[in-house]
Amino acid sequence: MTFPTAPAPHVVAHDSVGRVMRIVIYALLPTVALHVVFFGVGLLIQIALGAATALICEAVALRLRHKPIEPFLKDGSAIVTAILLALCLPPLAPWWLVVSGTAFAILLAKHLYGGLGANPFNPAMVGYAVLLVSFPVQLLQWLPPAGMEIEHVKLSVGETIQTILTGSLPSRLTWDAVTSPTPLDALRTSLKLGMTMVEARAAPIFGTLGGRGWEWINLATLAGGLALLVLRIIRWHIPVAMLGAIVLCASLMYLVDPGTYAGPIFHLTSGASLLGAFFIATDPISAATSDRGRVIYGAGIGVLTYVIRTWGGYPDGVAFAVLLMNLSVPLIDRYTIPRIYGHAR
Amino acid sequence: MTTEELVTGGLRLEAHKQRSTKAPIRAASLTERYVIPLDQHSGLPAVPLVKPSDRVRIWQPIAQPAPGISAWLHSPVSGEVLAIEPRPAPHRLGAPTLSVVIANDGRDERFENAAAIVSFERLSPNEACEHIARGGIVGLGGAAFPTASKLASSLCENGPKLLLNGAECEPYISCDEVLMRERAEDIVFGARALLHALCSPSCTIAIEDDVPDAHTALRLAIDKVGDARIRIKVVPAIYPAGGERQLIATVFDTEVPHDGLPADIGVVCQNVGTAAAIARWIRDGQPLVSRIVTVTGDGVRDAGNLETRIGTPFSSLIADCGGYTERMSRLIMGGSMMGTSLPHDDLPVVKATNCIVAASSLDLQLRGAEMPCIRCGNCSQVCPAFLLPQQLHWYLQPFDSDQLDRHGLLDCIECGCCDYVCPSQIPLVERFREAKPLLTRELDAHLSADAARTRFLARNERLARLEAEHRAKLAAKRRPKNEPSS
Amino acid sequence: MITALVTIIILAALAGVATVATAGAPKEISLVHRIDALLPQTQCRRCTFAGCRPYAEAIAQGAADINQCPPGGERTAKALAGLMGVTPKPVGKEYGVVPDYPAVAFIEEDACIGCTKCIQACPVDAIVGASRHMHTVIAADCTGCELCIPPCPVDCIVMRPAPAVVR
Repeated sequence: MTFPTAPAPHVVAHDSVGRVMRIVIYALLPTVALHVVFFGVGLLIQIALGAATALICEAVALRLRHKPIEPFLKDGSAIVTAILLALCLPPLAPWWLVVSGTAFAILLAKHLYGGLGANPFNPAMVGYAVLLVSFPVQLLQWLPPAGMEIEHVKLSVGETIQTILTGSLPSRLTWDAVTSPTPLDALRTSLKLGMTMVEARAAPIFGTLGGRGWEWINLATLAGGLALLVLRIIRWHIPVAMLGAIVLCASLMYLVDPGTYAGPIFHLTSGASLLGAFFIATDPISAATSDRGRVIYGAGIGVLTYVIRTWGGYPDGVAFAVLLMNLSVPLIDRYTIPRIYGHAR
Repeated sequence: MTTEELVTGGLRLEAHKQRSTKAPIRAASLTERYVIPLDQHSGLPAVPLVKPSDRVRIWQPIAQPAPGISAWLHSPVSGEVLAIEPRPAPHRLGAPTLSVVIANDGRDERFENAAAIVSFERLSPNEACEHIARGGIVGLGGAAFPTASKLASSLCENGPKLLLNGAECEPYISCDEVLMRERAEDIVFGARALLHALCSPSCTIAIEDDVPDAHTALRLAIDKVGDARIRIKVVPAIYPAGGERQLIATVFDTEVPHDGLPADIGVVCQNVGTAAAIARWIRDGQPLVSRIVTVTGDGVRDAGNLETRIGTPFSSLIADCGGYTERMSRLIMGGSMMGTSLPHDDLPVVKATNCIVAASSLDLQLRGAEMPCIRCGNCSQVCPAFLLPQQLHWYLQPFDSDQLDRHGLLDCIECGCCDYVCPSQIPLVERFREAKPLLTRELDAHLSADAARTRFLARNERLARLEAEHRAKLAAKRRPKNEPSS
Repeated sequence: MITALVTIIILAALAGVATVATAGAPKEISLVHRIDALLPQTQCRRCTFAGCRPYAEAIAQGAADINQCPPGGERTAKALAGLMGVTPKPVGKEYGVVPDYPAVAFIEEDACIGCTKCIQACPVDAIVGASRHMHTVIAADCTGCELCIPPCPVDCIVMRPAPAVVR
């Protein structure tokens, strides 16, 4: 009898890029849900717009590169990029912000470099950095968390959709009335005005741990991140190194001068620390390769995040920290090749 | 998922050995023809001692070792040599290989080999190695390396440590497990013979933690002879714990140098099947003409372990096990991770054939469509050689021999663990197997180019020196003419 | 002001640390050495130079092109182009045919008259023999340069595929 032949191994685990990305999306759902609870449905519209843009851009790029479209659209990596970028944008941002940012991320940061698996920079962070530098005003128009806004300026669902799609608020409102700085932004401004940490932290925008509302969102992100760890989608090296570095730097400076520098818990629960540690920095394509390399990579992101937040020009430093460490990945990889079995220690 | 990853590499895989270990070892049926390839061991093909139409008897030597690393071959049956011609063989799927074809006359007339049974203890280590060689003994763990050559190159002053590999880690293969369960005394006898041949002070038999019956049987056999030099070491049942280098690291906590052999660190590793074969040769005068072959898989009706004579066609073994089921899909020689997929079953059992898996879709877990590498690092987590397969894959296209060498492509043992865990379903082992000869050729080319450059420069230097000496001699001859005559 | 100064000093210090840390890297290898390392060391002179090293020196000085080495073939031409930063081009036909497979010289012993002309011609001393004694090519040392073929008065040297190396 004759049989068809195939190379070994004859058993392979049932796994796929699509499955990995799907689990990442599920792990992001708690974050998205709590974000909507505190800041309204704007995020959902941003995600919808971003995901649609991402898929269309991906299809166009794949067609131009003569690659099969269906398997790559199905792998879900474009949707993950869209969700992460949408989470970085204010919920009322005009539609063209998320569309252009996502298009930039997918077309230039991903496909120009060779598509899935070949991008040296984190596409979502590239998109965000481009938007932040190009449209700083729109990116500072965050909303106050639920419970803090003035009642008659709260937007309904319909008004939210209308604002995003037209780029302008309903006629009864102005941007000044509707928006509020993020906790990190508020802290920065207060400290610049000469307030001490205690005074600054007393403002109503801050909750128990960090920013009001944001601390809950960050806890949801932590839960999602721990789920990813347990399911072995990510490994502990980057999150632990990044958060460890932030905690170390924050604790150090807090001990030096508690009046001027926020403590470690605040830094962990504010801004994109946890989102960055578990979802952004852990993007395997743009991260370092070996375990030791990943620890250095994560620690670098943590240190740079703290430095940019405290002394740099932007309220949150995760995006630029990630991009800067992406740049150093080839160098890190070169010096952290693990010892091979049978070679000298 | 049914697997777990380990920090230091390897996978926990489902063993799939229950079906084939239910019944004891039974004998395979005899057939009309036996095809014995001359190159079924590592090294040089054996040189035939018989010619077509010769009558041979069972256990009669039919081929002797070629000069160099080679091995004896003996007839598994009595009968007539039909031909010595190229025949398809499972270890050489590229082209038919020269084989001795013997027709079985069913009489099993035994060849009287006066030199066979000796009092082994009276032999010196070198004589002992020579005697083992005459039994046609080769490693039965898969590589079929001539045992005597391995032993001879391992003799050292302090006596190397002997390691018997019973850690049968690949799924589906169970021939070593049943051997340990039913013929533990043979293994212990062989161990003691090897201890003598190597002047070795100690023997460790390594077994996995999921074979308690085998453990008990070995324990009883060792206690029966009361040899304190032999001990049993249990290792975790993780694939590929039974790989020679991995096992040595697990048992002795030392690593074999990448450019060396276990002998360099004072260890000799032999399969338990090889030890049992040595016992049969020394004690009973039976050279290596048969071995236990596991026949299993959902594609065959009854699974089991068969004592099979070398040269038996695979189709006969399948028939012995009730024939194929309707679900039969792929025929594999070996296990599910590293086994070779065969194009048909009219191939002979060779000394290296440890298992035949008649695989159906229940056994196979087919690869999905290949996607680009997402550098997730699952592969580097499970690699037992501590490599970075994602980097090796990256440097294959375009071929960067410098980086491939630095990342250890040639240290890959092709175990398939990286393939198994890859979410992008990349056939990594296949790519690495293709790339290794390309890299080796380039590295060899560099070495010979360096040697050629050295010789070129040495020659130029020599010619320049000779030229200078010649000129000096000429100058010395001319000078007296210019001096004023005295 | 102070913050800016401190930042710059810290960055400069980090750059210094990085320089020191990578100082363990191999010393600057001369360009000629690097070019020579890419050449196959056949020493055949088809490139019009007296060996691989002179060719490497010529390339380094800009006196020779990167596509003059047939034994090196496409691979060497490409590597040289990459090293010298020029567009890669195929091996020039005027320098010879790029061989399909590695070949070594073989002396047909029946015809050999022991004249030592081939021994003198071989640039890498791969032929053993002496006057009026049999000559033979050591295949492992032969680079396939074919310089021994023209001098042989009885034309008894042929090229054969290089034997496989048994590892």
